Order: sequence, then C-alpha cells, then structure tokens
Amino acid sequence: MIKKIIFLLIAILFISIPISKAQKLKNSIQIKGSDTMVNLVQAWSERFMQKNPAVFIAVTGGGSGTGIASLINGSCDIASSSREMKKKEIELAKSKGINPYEVIVALDGVAVVVNPKNPVEKLTLSELKDIFTGKINNWKQVGGEDRKIVVLSREVNSGTYIYFKEHVLKREDGTFEEFSASSLLLPSSQAICEEVSYNESAIGYYGMGYLNPKNKPLAIATDKDSKYILPTIENVISREYPISRPLFFYTNGYPQGLIKEFLDFVLSDEGQRIVLEVDFVPIKKN
Amino acid sequence: MYRIKELTIEKIIFLCGIITILFILLIFIFLLKEGLSFFKTVSITEFIFGKNWYPVSEPAQFGILPLILGSLLVTLLATIISVPVGIGSAIYIAEIAPLWLKDILKAFIELLAGIPSVVLGFVGMVTLAPLIKDLFGLSTGLTAFTGSVMLAFMAMPTIVSIAEDALYAVPKTYKEAAFALGATRWQTIYKIIIPTASSGILAAVMLGIGRVIGETMAVMMLTGNSACIPKSIFDPVRTLTATIANEMGEAVVGSQHYFALFAIGIVLFLISFLINIIADIFLHKKR
Repeated sequence: MIKKIIFLLIAILFISIPISKAQKLKNSIQIKGSDTMVNLVQAWSERFMQKNPAVFIAVTGGGSGTGIASLINGSCDIASSSREMKKKEIELAKSKGINPYEVIVALDGVAVVVNPKNPVEKLTLSELKDIFTGKINNWKQVGGEDRKIVVLSREVNSGTYIYFKEHVLKREDGTFEEFSASSLLLPSSQAICEEVSYNESAIGYYGMGYLNPKNKPLAIATDKDSKYILPTIENVISREYPISRPLFFYTNGYPQGLIKEFLDFVLSDEGQRIVLEVDFVPIKKN
Repeated sequence: MYRIKELTIEKIIFLCGIITILFILLIFIFLLKEGLSFFKTVSITEFIFGKNWYPVSEPAQFGILPLILGSLLVTLLATIISVPVGIGSAIYIAEIAPLWLKDILKAFIELLAGIPSVVLGFVGMVTLAPLIKDLFGLSTGLTAFTGSVMLAFMAMPTIVSIAEDALYAVPKTYKEAAFALGATRWQTIYKIIIPTASSGILAAVMLGIGRVIGETMAVMMLTGNSACIPKSIFDPVRTLTATIANEMGEAVVGSQHYFALFAIGIVLFLISFLINIIADIFLHKKR
C-alpha cells in the first residue's frame, strides 16, 4: 500500500515536469472544464489545429467547476463552462489576481430522457421538480405504468447538475430544493445514457448533444396551460424550450494573441457550423 | 578507493530509505493540516454521525454517516464473497493442483490483478448491472451488491497469492507426519495445514479488505452513489472514496467543502492504517 503511494508520487513528479514545461510554450492552449462541452471544444480545436499546424490545443473535461477552479489556480488558459461563474468564484479569482472574461460560445438544451418503452411523453416543469425531489415516486402519478421512478442525476461537479438544480428545482423565493436523497448520482452523461437505455423506470437529464435512439426525450411545458416543447435545435434557438442554457468560455482578462485567434474562430460562421455538427445550438441563426 | 565507493552507495541507499519515510510523513501532515481545519466550523460528531451529505447547498450539510455505512457495507459484502473463494483457490493451488496447472492458475490470477479497475467498472456497468437488475427484479442494477461482486474480483488476487504463500510455507515434515499417521488428504489440509498457516491467511484477508476499502473507480461506476443510508444490499450506496473522487474537482481550494473532503481522507487513512496494522500483526506472529 505504502510502496504504491510512493511509486505514484514519483511517477507524478516525472510526468508533471514535461507538462509544466509544455504550458509555458506560447503556441499551446490549455482548455479545461465542462463535460457537456468536451466534444464540442474538441471539434473546434481539431479544426483549428488543422488550419494552424504549429498550434497545440489540449482539451480536458472534468466538469465546469473543475475548469473554473483551474482558471483560478492559473493551470488553464480557457475554462469551458456550462454555467455562469458564481459570485464567490469571481471574488476568489479577483483575490488571486485573475480577471475572468466571459464569452457565450454556443447554446444547449438540457434534455430530460426516459427509456423508449416508457409510455410517458411529456411533463410540466412542476411535475419534473416533484419527480427529482422525490415527491412523485411512481410513474402512474404522471400517467405512466405502475412502476417506481428511478431518478438519475449527475455528480455535484457537473455544470448540468447545477443548471438543472437552479432552473428546475427552484422555489419561488429564489432558494433551491434538494435532489431526493435516493437519486443515483452518476459520474458522467454517458453513464446516464447507459442506465436509461436498459432501465424502463429511469429518468435522467443531460445536454442535448448526448441524445440518441436508445433514449427518449420528453416534451416539457412551463406550466399546465402552455405548449409541450421537445428539445430540438429549432426550439432552443427560438427560446421556446424551457430548459435551455448558454455555454461559456472564461479567459483571464480580455483574450489576447493565440487565445483571441481561437475565440474568433469559435465565433466565426465556420466555428458555429461545427456547433451544429456536434448537435449543439449556434448562438445566431445562419 | 573501494571504501569510498562502498560509503557513497551506503549513503545513497540510506537517502532512498529516508525519502520514503519523508514522503509518508509529508502526506500525513498535509492531510492533517487540510482536514483538521474543517473541524473548526463543524464538530466531529456532526461530521461522523450526520445523516445528510449536501456539500454544495446553502447552507451545506456535511454528514458522512451514509458514506461510512456505504463503504463498510460494500467492503463487508465483497469480503464475504472473495474470502471463501480466494482461500479455496489458494488451497487448491498450494496443495492439490498438479504442477503444470498450478503455473497456469498462478499466471491467470496475476493477470486478474493487472486489469485496471476502470475497465472492470465499465464491464460491470454494461454487463453485470443489467443482469443483477433482471435477476432480482430491482428498479436499478446500480447497487451495493453489484459493486461488491466486482470488488471481490479485485481483492481475489491479493488474497490468493498471499494465502498461497502462507500455505506453501508450512513445513513439509508436518504433512508427511500427518500422512504417516494415516490421515487422509482432506484431514491433513483441514486439521494440520490450515491451522498452521492461519496467521498468514488472516493477513491475506486483511490485505484483501484493505484493497477493497480503498478502491474507487469501479465502485463509483457501479454503486449508484446516492448518499442515503442503505436499508438492504440491493440499495444504491455512496462510498467515502467515490465521494472524494467525484467532488474534488468541483471543490474550490480553501472552501469548506474542500476541507471536508480532506477530513474524509483522514477517516479513510485511519481505516486503512488500522487494517494494515492488524495484517502486520498477523504476518509477524507467523514468523
């Protein structure tokens, strides 16, 4: 046990020496953050590196909080985030001499998914809230079969988790309810996708980019009297789908040099076409 | 000339030894420093016996009782599964198997030890979890039991190889004496060899438990991670290790949540320290 720890430490020491050197090179960018955005950011950087072969962009996930934390620690150049920075985080950043600069780079709808065999097609936001807080715990209460509801959620380091909590589980006075303690917290959107595809009682949520034929998205309405809307690209652009959100890049101060070039590429027509290719939603209609 | 060479090598080896100890001390001091400052804001009883783990809420709640129980339940189940099978196969390899089969079995067990836990976790997620869900008619396959089965696989190589060493170390004369007195093979194993090697076998079991309680990746992928106190072995659980691994990325350095995760680290450290000491006592009793 102890031997293993030491071996690990020495290994980390040796591995981290070349990495810390690489960060100092001027033709590389470190991007860290949102798991939801990792495919999108990867697609952008691959295309950008094709055009500029001398540039190296490293993209890692880990969750929006991870990205923001490393921007604050100065260990990445761009933090990708599927939620806005919290006040506390901005204060902490400023106290460490980091000035977060925010850019909206794409839009995303959070899809609520069930197994295709589940007869339930649509829910209102308040039904959704009751399901995720555990007040509704059987599918027959929302017009489905007599079956216990298995609630799937993401881990607390996920931007999607925070977004869902702040937009679906909010009370009228501005505070938030808790996810029911019996909900399963899965480590990735992919894991939610797996579980929903074989479990008929499950309900989960993730960024629209993960939608696939094995999961069925539900149509969502703001309240009983309004229209039920499916999470499609058109509905997110028109802002009709109730749980959609902007996706952010954060840099330290106004972007300069290579980072600015990359951001310009991301916001260009070509960059926004890539957004569509990987199933997210561009910030403007083309 | 030779003296100088001798002396330098001696010093270098001495330095290596000291560095090892230094590293452990540094880890321990760092853990204590970061973890103990958590208890300035939350009392130890509130931390250990609190039933709610809501680290990012306002106000946050830091009760790790469900996590401790989750870790213990998964460890206990994995031990129940892996110990009989592990010791059984150690006895087979040490006493019964012919030489050629012994080599093959040992090679495979080493292979099992070499599979990364994330691979085992992924395989478990797509094969074992749906199977257990259908087999027991559960609402989800991500339960304490699923995690334990996979962990038992991981503990098995440790248990088998150390227990096999212990059985092999039993002097041949004991066995010959037993046979000479007319004991059957099973009587010899059961009455002579196992009691003689018992301290080594116990150490093997303790080290296996140590492996299980520290395992992170596979349990994180298989146990569902819901922080409520488990009522049956088919409930989802959240373990101490999975909590640290999942939340360390989000925790802002210097926040209460960050210190709470280090405090969990101290709890884990103490548990595995205890297990290692017990294993050590048994190992030394043998010699």
